[in-house]
Order: sequence, then C-alpha cells, then structure tokens
Amino acid sequence: MNMIRKREELGRNVVRYVVDAPLVATHRKPGQFVIIRVTDHGERIPLTIADANPEMGTISLIVQSVGKTTREMAMLRPGNAIHDIVGPLGRPTHIQRFGTVLCMGGGIGIAPLYPIAKGMKEARNHVITVLGARTYDLLILEDDMRNVSDELIVTTDDGSYGTKGLVTDAIRSLVNGGTHIDQAVVIGPPLMMKFTSLLTKELGIPTMASLNPIMIDGTGMCGGCRVTVGGEIKFACVDGPEFDAHEVDWDSMIRRLGTYRTAEQVAADRYDHECRVGLDAGELR
Amino acid sequence: MNAATRFKLPPVVMPEQDPVERVHNVREVPLGFTPEMALQEAQRCLHCTNQPCVEGCPVGVRIPEFIQAIESCDYLAGIGIIKQTNLLPAVCGRVCPQEDQCQKNCTVGKAHRDVGQAVQIGQLERFLADWERENHAAVIPQIPSASGKRVAVIGSGPAGLTVAGDLIKLGHAVTVFEALHMPGGVLGYGIPEFRLPKEIVYQEVAYLTTLGVDFQYNMVIGKSITVDEVRKDYNVIFIGSGAGLPNFLHIPGENLLGVYSANEYLTRTNLMHAYDENSDTPILRGKSVAVLGGGNVAMDSARTALRLGALRVMVIYRRSEEEMPARKEEYHHAIQEGVEFHFLQNPVEILGNGEGWVTGLTVQKMHLGEPDASGRRRPLPIAGQTSNVPADVVVVAIGNDPNPLIPAALPGLQVNKHGGIITDEDTMETSVPGVFAGGDIVLGAATVILAMGQGRKAAHAIHAWLTRTTETS
Repeated sequence: MNMIRKREELGRNVVRYVVDAPLVATHRKPGQFVIIRVTDHGERIPLTIADANPEMGTISLIVQSVGKTTREMAMLRPGNAIHDIVGPLGRPTHIQRFGTVLCMGGGIGIAPLYPIAKGMKEARNHVITVLGARTYDLLILEDDMRNVSDELIVTTDDGSYGTKGLVTDAIRSLVNGGTHIDQAVVIGPPLMMKFTSLLTKELGIPTMASLNPIMIDGTGMCGGCRVTVGGEIKFACVDGPEFDAHEVDWDSMIRRLGTYRTAEQVAADRYDHECRVGLDAGELR
Repeated sequence: MNAATRFKLPPVVMPEQDPVERVHNVREVPLGFTPEMALQEAQRCLHCTNQPCVEGCPVGVRIPEFIQAIESCDYLAGIGIIKQTNLLPAVCGRVCPQEDQCQKNCTVGKAHRDVGQAVQIGQLERFLADWERENHAAVIPQIPSASGKRVAVIGSGPAGLTVAGDLIKLGHAVTVFEALHMPGGVLGYGIPEFRLPKEIVYQEVAYLTTLGVDFQYNMVIGKSITVDEVRKDYNVIFIGSGAGLPNFLHIPGENLLGVYSANEYLTRTNLMHAYDENSDTPILRGKSVAVLGGGNVAMDSARTALRLGALRVMVIYRRSEEEMPARKEEYHHAIQEGVEFHFLQNPVEILGNGEGWVTGLTVQKMHLGEPDASGRRRPLPIAGQTSNVPADVVVVAIGNDPNPLIPAALPGLQVNKHGGIITDEDTMETSVPGVFAGGDIVLGAATVILAMGQGRKAAHAIHAWLTRTTETS
C-alpha cells in the first residue's frame, strides 16, 4: 500500500499526487515509469514518474482522468492509498550534453517531459521547450517547465494562450529563425508525436519519443506493449519507453492504443453512473 | 490382495465436468477422486521392488509408499511421504506430464502396452494433497534454530517456491521477491483456473508464509533495487525469474488489433480475471479464435478462448498430431470441448481490415520431411497450397525465451544463446559465486516439475554453501 501525501489539481481533469514509494524514489531516473493498481481488484496501468523526492521517499504521479481507473484514482485524497506501485520500469532517458535540446510536450505528456528537461538542463544543455495544448485550461506545469528551460514557447490550438497554432508551427518558425537544434525529445498525444517526428525528420533533427502503449506486467512478459521500430518488434516496457522517433511505426502504435476503446467507454460510463448513484445516496444521509 | 488380482483391476475413471457445461465456466475440469475411488486406484499398484515409477520422477517422490498409505487409509502419512520430496503436490498432481514420467515407467501400463492403463499416480497425488488442504491437515515442521544466513529468491514460481520451502525448513531466513502483485509466477498468470485453481497456489504460498518466508511483491530486481543491493543484504541469491519473454512468428500482420501473445491472453484472463465481465481488465472476446502452436500453452489458450465465449476455436499447428508437444490429456480435453485442430498448416500472414483489426490468416499447407534437430520430422511447405482461415482473435503460442531482465542487471552472469542462465548441473550455481539459478530461466520454457527439481538441487547446494561459509568465516 502506498499512502498519498498530497493531491493537487493542475488543470481540467488533471491531478498531481505525491505518494509514498521509497524504493522507486531512490532508484528512478528521468524517463522511467511505474505500473500501478488503484485497488486490489483494479487493472494495471503504466504511469510516468513526473518527479521524485528520495529524502521523503515519495514520487509524483500526474494523472488525467480518461477512463474508469484514472477516474477512480482521481477520487483518492491524502490519507488514501494506491494499492500497488511497481517500478521504476523501462530504460532511463539518455541524457548527455548535446548542445541545444528541444523538449516538445503536449497535453499530459508534459508530466513525463519535466524530469527529462530538468535532466537535460542539469547536463548543461541549452533547453528550448515548446508546449502545446488544445486550450489554456488543459495546459499543465507551465511554471515548472519554465524553471528548467532557457526558452519556453506555448502554443494553443484555439489561441486562448501563447501562440495560436500547433507545436509543429512553433518548431518550424524556430528553425526558420536560425535556431540550431542538436537533439529533440517529444512526449505527448500520439498524433502530436507522429507529426512532430515527421517534421524533425524533415529538418534532420535527431528525436527521441517516449511511448505509452497498453501494458500489463511491465517486465517484458506479455508483449502487449509491442511496437514496430525500424521494422523490428520492440517491447516498450523493457526496450523503451523511449525510441528513435523517426523509426517508430506511428500508425500501428496509434491503432493499437485503440484496442479496448469500446470496453473502456463502457467501463467509464458504468463507473460514472455508479458514482452518481453513490453520491446521491450519500447526500440523502 | 495378490498381484494377479491387482493387475486385473481396471483404471478408475476420473469424474469430470461435462464438456458442454464446462466451456461456460472456469471451474476445474477433473473433479478429483472420492476416497473410495482413490482406494480402488491405489489397489492397482503392484509395489514393484525396483520402483520404476520413482526413477521416472524428476524429484524422486517415493510413489509406492504413498500409494500404500492410501490403501491403508492413512492419508496423513501419505501426504507426509510426498512432501518429503515434493513441496507442491496439489500443483504437480494436476499439471505434471505424468504420462511421460512416473506413469510412463509403470509396470502395469507396460504390461498392458498402454500408458493409459498405468496406475494414475498424479491423480492419487492430487487426492492426498486436496485431502490435506480441505482438512487443514498441513503439518508445520520443526524448524531448526536460525542459522543467521539470509537467502534472496527472485521469482515466486515453482522453482522459487521450492527453494524457499526447502531453505526455510533448514533454518535460513528467506525473502522471495516477486515482480507481479500476486505470487506463483506461471502458476498464477499462465496456467488457467480450470486446470489449476489459483486458490491452491495461494494456499501453498500462505503455508510458506506460516513457516516464515517473507514474500515481497511489486519488486523487480535490477529496477526496484539493484542486484548489488540484494547481494549486500543477503548471503545467497537464487534466480528463478522464468521464461517470460514471448516469441513471435515475425510474419506480416502480427501487430494487428486482436493479435495476442499467449502470455498476454492468459495473463489478462488468469491474473487479471478478464473472464469476469466486471473485471477492470478488458480482453477481446473473439467469435472465431485461431491459436498458433501445439504445446500446452496453445491448449490452454484455445480452451480459454471457448470460456471467453468463442463460437469457433482453431489450433493451427505446422506439424502433425504425432509431433504435437501438448499433453495427451490437454489435447483430449480440448477436443471434447470442441476445439478444431488444423495440422500441417503453417501461418504465413495475419490478415486485417482497413482499421487494423485482424480478420484471419493465410496458412501454408505442409508435409513432413526428414527428422530435424529436435528429432521430429521437419515440416516442409507444399508449393502453391495456401488457404485463408477467418479469425477475429489470433493467439501466438509458439513458446517463450528466458526473461532477460535479471541477466541484464548482473554483469558477469553467463547466459547461453537463448538467454538461459548457464549453471553447474549439480549445484545450479551460476558463473557468479553465491548466485544460483533454476527453472525456466535456465531451461527455457519447460515444466513445473523440472523447475521444482532444479529448485531442490539448488536448495541442497545453497545449504551446503551457507554451511561452508559459516565454517570458514
């Protein structure tokens, strides 16, 4: 059982938890993730580690409520516990002094991007961060990212904040403006990763992408997280989660993420219904 | 009763759930012997002086002696005899390939020239183990005073559980590190409920906990803590991390939606209870399921597919019925339940629709040529003979390699070309002093009993190692 110490709402449907996980806190490196089960009958889901405090023995997990399990998790408060946390899993990010590093984050992907940007900054890179969100309400961790970046650009699809447009637009104008980039990192919604990768490939910028496919065990045992990279089957849980973004078969990866869309929708609807019934009963008392 | 009378007794027929009924539930298929049936079956044993059955058992269970105890209705003595050499009889009685081991050597079967006529040793073993569990008759052994030595066991599958059980009884402190949230390794995630009820596995683990074994879950060694940290805290390490790395066919279409490795298909169902409609873990319930492979895992996957509501389940195997490595009993059960077998068919491509969902596969007709390295006749394609088979779920069950996580985390640990850890045959010690290994991480995907046999060997050697280091320190 992993006790929740702190809960903070970062944006619409996005919650940051600080939770006890002493071994993960002391062993994790940027880019790694954990697998959790919220309850003793819950499913196993992978979550990236947003930050850690080895002295306190805690890690930060940032969760967006999208399905049943994440909605169930969002109900937890300090004093409640997450039933199981296992990790840190996956290979750490390759961090070195590249020169100028471009960190591209979208949506909830900004959470795992933060420790990587921080690591890149600590390795004395010039860090340029471009964050994208559909709308201002959905933008998270802007201040944290600003603290670890030399330059920060925000784009929103609807123009409600920062520059109106997509992350790809911002990168193109950066490069057109004469900025040289040695290495790029991208974490975000799959489509955003696909299109930024296509662009950096065109621009000749080496790019790492961190993938978050469906997983169960996280130790290479089930093969559910397999992705095609450079024409070969790779398991994101043990060979990744980071891969050369220019070699990833994005269309196949994006399709596989949708395997359980129908089941997920049914489960989430049922959960919401049960919750409302539960709340009504509570109000009556 | 004299030998001639015994010899004439027919095998007792094991009662089983009706095939029509059982494909709609996950309860166990063979229902177990009643005491009367067990007695009748026990009377078939000739008590041969040369005990060929014991020879056939990888852990040397004193078979005629426990069968004698059943005849005397002294079940407590019977289970005691088994447990001297086999820590997990309820498991082995169910999943051991007895027809290739003890029962293969049985004089009764040999005299009838039919292994099916052999004394049903596995079922008798199961009978005693079930009696002990149902009657809470497990004896807590006297454990010698603490040796002060600490043993770390990595993995809670059959090899790890055996090592833990043997060494705790010798007075050593034992911690078992398990990567998943539940114990048992392949006994928990792999073997289906209808073949091995998980409650049996959990009770065996509870028994070890009573003896003092410390189980730590959600611990991936090399990740949650480093191997060096483990070595600092423990005198000896035993690696029993299993063959958890699924093989794929590397044919087009393997990443289509609806294509599973058998490990994933079975883990979702067994460990995560996806057979229960209310489970949080989803699984695709195909109407037409194709299982690729011919081993026990293929049989388990096919029979699981039926229980998940499939209307048609096909096992597609590239050799013929004769070469199929699955246990006869599993094959037989699968046929009873309506699984179709397509022999001499080699999948060459998995087909999908525009949205990426699997729709079927193309298979190549094969014939058998000369024997290959495995001693089985090599399947060869018949030119021009391919056909398409419709399927909305495909399960790839063509084997596993040893899981590379631990070897990768321990520099200097020697592995073979399949990734299996290389050990001394007698002691199971690896190339790293004080580190032992056994089970599927050494053997590649093998059987529960062979893993237990290696665990037993390792436990002996570890005890000797710990005793020696005490004397020299």
